Amino acid sequence: MAGANTAFDAAVIRRDFPVLAQQIEGKPLVYLDSANTSQKPNIVIDTMAKFMRESYAPINRSAYTLAANATELFESARNSVAKFINANSSQEIVFTKNATEALNLLVNSWGRANLKTGDVVLLTHMEHHANIVPWQMLQQERGIELRWVPLTSDYQLDLTSLETLLSGVKVFSFTSMSNVLGTINPVEKLCAAAHAAGAIAIVDACQSVPHTHTDVRALGADFVTFSSHKMCGPSGLGVLWGRKELLEAMPPFLGGGNMISDVRLDGFTCAELPAKFEAGTPPIAEVVGLGAAVEFLSGVGMADIRQHEIAMSSYVLDLLTTRFGDDITIHGPRNPELRGATFSFAFRGIHPHDLSQVLDQSNVCVRAGHHCAKPLMKIIGANATARASFYLYNTTADADALADALDSASDIF
Amino acid sequence: MPGIEDLYREIILDHYRTPRNRGELQPPAISSEGHNPLCGDDIRIYLDVADGVVRDVKFSGQGCSISQSSTSMMTVAIKGKTVVEVGAFVRRFKHMMTLADNDEPVDESINLGDIEALQGVVKFPVRIKCATLGWNTLLEALTEASK
Repeated sequence: MAGANTAFDAAVIRRDFPVLAQQIEGKPLVYLDSANTSQKPNIVIDTMAKFMRESYAPINRSAYTLAANATELFESARNSVAKFINANSSQEIVFTKNATEALNLLVNSWGRANLKTGDVVLLTHMEHHANIVPWQMLQQERGIELRWVPLTSDYQLDLTSLETLLSGVKVFSFTSMSNVLGTINPVEKLCAAAHAAGAIAIVDACQSVPHTHTDVRALGADFVTFSSHKMCGPSGLGVLWGRKELLEAMPPFLGGGNMISDVRLDGFTCAELPAKFEAGTPPIAEVVGLGAAVEFLSGVGMADIRQHEIAMSSYVLDLLTTRFGDDITIHGPRNPELRGATFSFAFRGIHPHDLSQVLDQSNVCVRAGHHCAKPLMKIIGANATARASFYLYNTTADADALADALDSASDIF
Repeated sequence: MPGIEDLYREIILDHYRTPRNRGELQPPAISSEGHNPLCGDDIRIYLDVADGVVRDVKFSGQGCSISQSSTSMMTVAIKGKTVVEVGAFVRRFKHMMTLADNDEPVDESINLGDIEALQGVVKFPVRIKCATLGWNTLLEALTEASK
């Protein structure tokens, strides 16, 4: 494994990911769909397998040693996650099924407790469905108003009218980085603007936590959500971080075991944080796996990962525009410093679904579709796009393979 | 991995490049819209049914080569057929796409003609939804027409 003291080398890091070592019909696998879900390093796979072989037991509710040890490993992973994003305490880390559930938790718990008819929630035009639909569901039930921050022509948030848009707003919920455009948003600035207007700030950080150093305290956010499976951890697990005083004031979301301190025939009292928001048996081995994933990412170094992805962005943008010129339209910022290494594009009028199918012949894995952001697709004037997304294990050879495969797609259509 | 040539047969690409019956029909022709949530494709089928016969059919919308060509070939095949014949024809097609409803008998003697070219889609299961989008939308339009 690459350590913090060794120079960052994606080709070396790649060897830690067994999926990427395979060849299909003699050709290497070119995995360019990490914005969708990331591949898993050996340390995550091995840690989970070892845990299930040697230590698996229920957590939080049994006196025997095996269960006590499992609980300790589980909570140690929670500590690792808290440290990874510089949370004040591990009590502020709530494990959910995925980031979508984390956002639904916020809408249903904080939203229902604090929003009434006519209250305003500000979102942006570049949100994932997970940060749109839960609010629309509350809108149908409560009659809240939804406002939207529009985009500029260069795929940034248009902040010229932000102050006006924020007027009277109770919640500003936005993505830290667009999963379609790759645009990185100025999270600190947006949180500060929300607070100045008396709103709370919710950050959907699914696309940034895996790729760049995240300090939730420095961001100034009130809540941050992200998913394990996009950051080398297992699927079935999301994270909600919230400021402790806010989480403490919120009603529970799901009811059941583990989230209570007492249940009587005439009612219940909630458990302390974070158990209050973790009803039922959690994904135990998955949490332990996420603990290994954040240790792995910290070992590589988040600053180095970000630098690598800036370099990859620069390389990919140059390569695709030099080679294909006007035949390719990249929906996203041109400045590598302002974006992650996620590229949605249209190519020679070939439908993205067909494109993805043909690229698959070269083992090049790209997503085709609306990327769970249909309102954004409509705004950028595309029904669907192809999307190639790069991560710490992708090299310039992967980008070259993408370009070669694009050429071969033209031969068919 | 199955060969890509099984999927993108020449007749399919021909209907994709030059779709037949693309356009709209004005009311009283009825129309139905179908979506493929996987890729965001949408198709609208316009149907003019009189005396139990499909007098005219057109389609609009956006989609990949498979959904567009499948819909194009479908419109050519069903025009002039009775609603009952179209029902049997759709069942025959869905049977080829491995989506037969076991409660409904399939007449395997029905000749699908050019549409047989879509058989290769079965080797790419993700794309079956693309091939059947227009057909499912047609079924909805037929239901609408029978009201």
